[in-house]
Amino acid sequence: MARRAGAPEVSAGSMADIAFLLLIFFLVTTTIETDAGLDRMLPPMEPPTEAPPIIKEKNIFTVNINRNGQLLVENEILSINDLREKAMAFLDNGGAASGSPDYCSYCKGKRNADSSDNPTKAIISLKNDRETKYSTYITVQNELVGAYNDLRNREAKRLYGKDYVAMEAEYLNPETEDSVKEELKDKVTRIQGLFPQKLSEAETSSE
Amino acid sequence: MSKFAKKKDGEVPAVSTASLPDIVFMLLFFFMTVTVMKDSSLKVENVLPNASEVKKLEKKDRVIYIYVGKPTKEYEKTFGTEPKIQLNDKFASPSEVGDYILMERAKKPQEIQNVLTTALKVDKNANMGLISDIKQELRKVNALKVNYTTYEGDAFNNLQ
Repeated sequence: MARRAGAPEVSAGSMADIAFLLLIFFLVTTTIETDAGLDRMLPPMEPPTEAPPIIKEKNIFTVNINRNGQLLVENEILSINDLREKAMAFLDNGGAASGSPDYCSYCKGKRNADSSDNPTKAIISLKNDRETKYSTYITVQNELVGAYNDLRNREAKRLYGKDYVAMEAEYLNPETEDSVKEELKDKVTRIQGLFPQKLSEAETSSE
Repeated sequence: MSKFAKKKDGEVPAVSTASLPDIVFMLLFFFMTVTVMKDSSLKVENVLPNASEVKKLEKKDRVIYIYVGKPTKEYEKTFGTEPKIQLNDKFASPSEVGDYILMERAKKPQEIQNVLTTALKVDKNANMGLISDIKQELRKVNALKVNYTTYEGDAFNNLQ
């Protein structure tokens, strides 16, 4: 009778179940936020005495963005949608004649003598106006990086049967084991050597 | 015999709650490990552009953040509507970026001082002029590795 008079005890047996349910819920829904973005290297400040290296006109692919977000590529107006294709055609051209030291054996381009000699010589030069919107700039950067990635993917598929982007992501992932990393490092650097990213950015024009 | 009969229709026995603290601690530790402290509150609008060819920024301790964007509503009166740079908790001019990078770099352990990345979190409506100034400053202090932080998505969405 004394027991009845007091507050009845609440069963706490299911508490653990509830706690586990919560735990599992949060485990599933929590995404540990990692930022992602486009990695770029800025050119080092060049010593003023050094003369700029001489580069053949045909090995440079010029991209100009004006303040309205329009593109001038190789002195022609181009829609941003066609940029990736055009950049890939330029990089993959392999214009040097077979037998010359610059000959590119893995290129599948048109081998036009007026375009780039070899992917390792090809340079993309990007120039933008001070009034250009950042979003346009990122889109252009994305397309140019995409052009390189597409070509690298093609070569990685041919040589190793795997995507370059996937290989690189695995290589950079800190959770990958060291032995796997070691193996990937050679492959990744080899593909990077086939299509080195040479993206030069001129200083912004203020006109 | 009556002893047993009594127990059968008695109340439900109280369940031991001795393991409850363990469970609560487990939850606590879980959240303690996954929670990332926000070290600066945003004073600028920061809608990042989209890009598809992104790389993940691993190792948070090797990253220095620079925010750029229009000041938010509450700061609009004092700082205007032109895009501004935010370093840590305050607005800054492009010329202060170099010093900030050097200061942040000095705070990091020696062995990672050479592998730092500068993450530029720039609002999609900012102009390239300001970004160029920042890049110029970064080159001066030899912080050459930059990451234009973006959302993952179709890059052509930026143009609308």
